[in-house]
Amino acid sequence: MEEILKQADSGPPLQRIAFDTHDLGRWDSGLITFLIKVFHQFSHRQIDTNREGLPDGVRRLLDLAAAVPEKKDARKEALREPFLVQVGRASMDIARQTGALVTFLGESTIAFGKLFVGKAKFRRSDLWLTIQQCGVDALPIVTLISFLVGMILAFVGAVQLAMFGAQIFIANLVGIAMAREMAAIMTGIIMAGRTGAAFAAQIGTMQVNEEVDALITMGVSPMEFLVLPRMLALIVMMPLLCLYANLVGILGGFVVGTGMFDISFTQYMEQTRLALNLTHFGLGIFKSAVFGVLVAIAGCLRGMECGRSASAVGDAATSAVVTSIVLIVVVDGILAVITNIIGI
Amino acid sequence: MNNKEPHITVHDLTMAYGDFVLMRDLNFTVNRGDVFIVMGGSGCGKSTLMKIMVGLKSPATGKVLYQDTSFWETSPEEQERLMGNFGILYQSGALWSSMTLEENVSLPLEQYTDLNPSQIREVVSLKLSLVGLAGFEEFYPSEISGGMRKRAGLARAMALDPEILFFDEPSAGLDPISARLLDDLILELTASLGATVVVVTHELASIFAIGNNSIFLDVDKRTMTASGDPNKLLAESEDPTVRRFLTRGEEKEQAR
Ligand SMILES: Nc1ncnc2c1ncn2[C@@H]1O[C@H](COP(=O)(O)OP(=O)(O)OP(=O)(O)O)[C@@H](O)[C@H]1O
Ligand SMILES: [Mg+2]
Repeated sequence: MEEILKQADSGPPLQRIAFDTHDLGRWDSGLITFLIKVFHQFSHRQIDTNREGLPDGVRRLLDLAAAVPEKKDARKEALREPFLVQVGRASMDIARQTGALVTFLGESTIAFGKLFVGKAKFRRSDLWLTIQQCGVDALPIVTLISFLVGMILAFVGAVQLAMFGAQIFIANLVGIAMAREMAAIMTGIIMAGRTGAAFAAQIGTMQVNEEVDALITMGVSPMEFLVLPRMLALIVMMPLLCLYANLVGILGGFVVGTGMFDISFTQYMEQTRLALNLTHFGLGIFKSAVFGVLVAIAGCLRGMECGRSASAVGDAATSAVVTSIVLIVVVDGILAVITNIIGI
Repeated sequence: MNNKEPHITVHDLTMAYGDFVLMRDLNFTVNRGDVFIVMGGSGCGKSTLMKIMVGLKSPATGKVLYQDTSFWETSPEEQERLMGNFGILYQSGALWSSMTLEENVSLPLEQYTDLNPSQIREVVSLKLSLVGLAGFEEFYPSEISGGMRKRAGLARAMALDPEILFFDEPSAGLDPISARLLDDLILELTASLGATVVVVTHELASIFAIGNNSIFLDVDKRTMTASGDPNKLLAESEDPTVRRFLTRGEEKEQAR
């Protein structure tokens, strides 16, 4: 292309160009796009083009491509904006998203209110299915991660504690860390990746297929029909999963403690029992219920906001995971400060 | 039809996505018992117009009146009541994918009627057999073909015997015979139930067979360029775009 233009520009001013295609064998769309560029450039330079020499098929396709004029406003302009504008836009975006989150929270609270007066409309079978999906089906991964976290805590702690001959306190370390923080956080993050993403993808796909529209025009609130059962399922299952993660984590610590640091079975168990009280467990379980709400909200919100294409569903799932993890970390921080102040 | 009573009136409607104006100055009236056709090239905003009429998307400006109630200015309760009179077939079918066909069709019945479960089951199997899907009650939407999904969506739209039916490209994806049966079904519905039907379609044969009123949306002019009985439009319209549409582009050559 460049070469042709160079030749065209270097020689004496051209009047017209013609084509010689006697040796042309097979051709494809590449030729057409090339020719369109050529014509475009030469009409720019006010040089005539003679299409006689082109094969019939090529000429017809060229006519077809020119027949429907490009819609000027259909193509989106890629604007490059100044830095300050970008910053402003980003902050407005954050404000808008926070607003959306709060609105969503409000709407789901209303849906819960309706649930308690028995007027919420959703299918019980959906609830059971979701409970199964985010409960039993999540057990293997929760087992694996909690066991590993318990072991890692025990191992890292024990190496340090052994320097003082205090390896028996591994039991305290693992027990308290799991009960207060790690079990809730780890199940929260696992559920964000597993269930939050699934919620966003499910509801997002329903948006793409106009299923949510169909619900609305049928007088069924998607908040009750889609969001409520998912939220309920997570609120019920997260504390149970968290409790289970506690046990498995403590078991992981136990394996390391007894296997590598010469603590006897009864010693370890007794030490764990002494270290833990109901407050620790209660706190962790409360947190996990809160995280359950956060994961459900992030997943359902992103699903409801989803655009109308398959790639939008992927984006919704991704941003559901990111949103839930951010929310979990932020809320966990806030809860840590609060529990510290009130001294539990 | 002599008792021409306005059922839906669209008044000075402008529709837009953000700043992107699709159509402006739409004015038309759908009379009770009409089969009203919305025509226009692909992407001109027919589905969007339907979304605005059924209350899924608010118009940029203008009104949609049902008899004398302006949909977008009335109370939410009233909006919900109006929506209860609609039966809608979406362009993609929009069946709820986690439910069987039977559950899909029975959900609106559970929502809006006091029928008991066995009565609901009877109505559902009647509606499914009307669209030729008897025996598919237990199938999920993913287990049936695209055309069958369209027909199941139709059964769901008709579940409540609604006053107003909105069909977005009902015959797309149907074979000629089913498409013909569908036309007959639509005529039957208007005749027996007195339903008003708004159909978005490109199918010229059905446009002329069932439509007794229509509008044509022009992509380039961004407004409606013709309205009236499609047969009359074919005979009398002067607008070259409308003519081209109604004759499958054959008059383009003569114009030159
Ligand atoms: N959610 C959306 N956001 C922004 N633009 C949209 C959106 N949905 C549709 N559009 C635009 O609106 C225009 C009209 O879309 P619409 O679906 O109403 O067309 P249509 O007339 O139904 O076309 P078809 O006959 O192909 O179904 C399209 O050009 C599309 O780009
Ligand atoms: Mg459409």
